[in-house]
Parts: sequence; structure tokens; C-alpha cells
Amino acid sequence: MGKRIGLEVSLSAAEAVKMANVDCIAAYPITPQTHIVEHLSELVNNGELDAEFIPVESEHSAMSVSAGVSAVGARAFTCTSSQGLSLMNEIVHIVASMRLPVVMILANRSMSGPISIWNDHTDVMSIRDCGWIQVFANNGQEVFDNVLFAYRVAESQNVMLPLIINIDGFILTHVIEPVEFWEKEQVEQYLPNFSPIHTLDPDKPVTMGGVGMPYVFSEAKVAQDEPLKQSKSVIITAWKELGDIVGRYYKPIETYRIEDAETLFVTQGSFGETVSLVVDALRDEGKSVGLVMDRLWRPFPFDEFREATSQAKNLIVIDRAISYGGQGGPLAIDIRSTLYKGENQPNITNFICGLAGRDVTIDDFKNIYHKAIEKVKKHPREEDFEYYGVRGK
Amino acid sequence: MSKTRQDLTWQELEVGATLITPGNSDEYKSGDWRSIRPVVDNKKCIKCGTCYIFCPDAAIYETEEGFFEADLYYCKGCGICANECPTQAIEMIEEEE
Repeated sequence: MGKRIGLEVSLSAAEAVKMANVDCIAAYPITPQTHIVEHLSELVNNGELDAEFIPVESEHSAMSVSAGVSAVGARAFTCTSSQGLSLMNEIVHIVASMRLPVVMILANRSMSGPISIWNDHTDVMSIRDCGWIQVFANNGQEVFDNVLFAYRVAESQNVMLPLIINIDGFILTHVIEPVEFWEKEQVEQYLPNFSPIHTLDPDKPVTMGGVGMPYVFSEAKVAQDEPLKQSKSVIITAWKELGDIVGRYYKPIETYRIEDAETLFVTQGSFGETVSLVVDALRDEGKSVGLVMDRLWRPFPFDEFREATSQAKNLIVIDRAISYGGQGGPLAIDIRSTLYKGENQPNITNFICGLAGRDVTIDDFKNIYHKAIEKVKKHPREEDFEYYGVRGK
Repeated sequence: MSKTRQDLTWQELEVGATLITPGNSDEYKSGDWRSIRPVVDNKKCIKCGTCYIFCPDAAIYETEEGFFEADLYYCKGCGICANECPTQAIEMIEEEE
């Protein structure tokens, strides 16, 4: 068993990147991602990590460099937040289409404006359809474990896709948590060396990222989406084997006290741990409540989600992002589609809260529970979501 | 040569739609873009090769008799050859289907 250390989550994430023995870190500083990259620059500078650290002039360059690094067969890491993600947007899509297994930690932060440095999921939802594998993390340990998991999955021969690890800015990045490190042997056992399928090699020239004329573009897109969908089985296996090595088992959909629960909260990211306490409190009051946490966002685990919610009468979907003019938050929209025309379809209520780091406390979630139960009695329509706690609403 | 890219199924594409053989742009029929076509009057042609040099697509080739013709598989009908011809031997004709 590895050492258990109390450390800021950003620093332990950087230590995990070091253990993954990356070859290049190209990143531009942006709050709240900064500590991760700062610590990596220290690790490279003091010789603990043998990698190139490229302090690029923008996030567009950060992702471009990462694409180049991955294309020559080296292991690339980058990290950003919010506007930084927007600036690299163009290359984010291209990296996925070129099937380059870059790994990025996204320290989730609001998209401005108004200008905000605080946490919500509006940044990742803006690139939901970028073709990357996307996971969320509940806590610092999960971030650490998922860095090694990320390279294992992304670089799998049948996958070869980039992967985003979402971690809530400040709420996770800037807190100190106990994190159990891996032993070097455990990493070696779990994470093989990167064996790329195609590389930029002068002795065997290829063209990557060439033009796709209309007669081949659709085929190229299906050839990108199919491995993303099929990556789910690789992901499940990789989490299972991670558990066999370090004793912590992760699943695409995590559940907490869902047995016989009439009402289930559905969360992504660090809300999960808060709501688990809410579930305990409400259960103590005799309420029939449970929790479903979506860890794997893309590819969306349809079967696992349907199974976890099959017995529920009510779902309370908590979104930390907005789909302006749409049916609430992105998570709720996907869940409604997932369950549409299913048997015993539950009532789905949707609350958008915690935008730009606004605290959502245990009492708030209890309040949300009671509001949801009241709403269900009135048979709400799909678009009847609620911005929770907004003055004047 | 095996299948062209027009015939490949999605399963047959290389990972990342990578091109592993050079020269694939040869397959692309840029002649489809053409709305006007160059026609050479060999009586006026002095075989200077100006059209051959100026063609931005290298779509003009020299015939065995030393005259010049456009390869209509690639010629986009830009008209630069007609514009540059010192003896006005090239006329751009409307393509009519």
C-alpha cells in the first residue's frame, strides 16, 4: 500500500502526473488550475520528473504542442480552466479527431461573464461534444487515481482518444485532503508504455490531420465516435483492475443508499460527497432517498444509469451549468433523453445551483429535496427546471 | 491500386483518418469546380509554354506535337492561361451540360 499523505489536491494531482511519467507538459497558467502546473514545473526543474516543460504563450499553443507531442509518440499532459479551454477549443476538437491520447485536467470554472474565477461546470459543458472521454471526480483521491487511469484508457489500442478529468475548481483543487499515493511497482503494473498506432516519423512519413472531403468526412466521424462509445468497456476494465491493484473500485455510475429509494439525487463532481451526507440526514428523518453520481460523462453510461434508477419514482437532477433557452442543465437534458420511453419513467426535476462557486449546503439540498417532492405533485413539464436560490425568482 | 478514399467504409479508414500513402490529392477531381473550360487554337499557338508555366494547378501538359492542353480532370477553369497567352490562342468556353 502506498503512503497516505495530507496534501492539496492540485499538488497530489501533479504528483500523479509525475508517476504517469509524462514526457511533456505544455500549459498556460489560469486560476484555479495554476497550482497543478506550478507544481509540475517544480518537479521538472528539480529533476524529479524527466519531461519537457513548455511554458507556452497561450492555451491554443498548449493544446497544439500537446497534439504534436502525442503525434510523435510521447506522453502529453496539459491542464486548464474556463476561458483557457475556450482559447484552446479549436485544437481540442482536432486532437480527438486525430485520435491523440492527450490527457487534460480541467479545473472546472465558470465561463465569463460576468467575470468569475469560481467553480461550476459551464466550461466543460461548452465542449461537451468535443469527442474526448470525460470523467468527473468526487475527491482528491479520485483525481489522483484517475490520472493513471486516464493514460491507461486513452492509450489503449482500441481507444486512442484524449481524456478530460474534470475536477471542481477551488472546491477540490485548493483543499487539502488525505491522498494515498501509489507505489512505483503498482504504476508499472497498471500503466504500460505508450505504443502509438501512427507517429510522425521521418523514416515512415504519414499525414495526420489532413483534409476530409465530403465523400470521407462522415466515415471519419463515425470512425471517431465508435471507438468513443466502445471505450466504455475498456474504461470499466481499467477501473476494475485499478481496484485490484490499489483497493479502490470505481464505476461509471456510482450509487449511494439507492436500495428501495423512491427519490434519487443525481450529481456530477464534488456535489456527490455533500449530497451523500444529505441522503444520510434525510434517511434519518425517514425519507426514502438515495444518490446516483455520474462519474463517466462521455461516453454516457446509458445502461448503467438506467439500471441504477430503474426502481426510482423521482429523480432530482443537480446541474452546475446552464443550457440557455433549453430544458435546464445539460445533465438533466441527457438524463431525460436516456430515460425517454423507458418503463416506469420517473418524474424528473432539475435544479441549477452552485454557479460560480456559490455554496450549496446540506440545508440547501434538503430544501431542494422538499421542493422537488412538491413539484412532482404538480406534474412539471420538461422545461420546468429551477434556478435554485436565485433572488427574485 | 486498392480502393480510393471515396470507396472506404468507416472501418477501413486508418486511425485518426491518417494518410499513410503519399499523393492522395491526385485522386481529387478538382475539374468538378469548373464552369468555363480553356480551348486552344493551335493555329495561333507559338508553343511558348507560358500557359504551362502559369497554370496554378499544373493541369496543363505538353502534347507530342509540342502544343499545350489542359487536363480537364484537374483544370478548375480559372482562366489564367487564357489571360497570359501572348497570342490569345486560348479561349474560355462556357461548360454546358
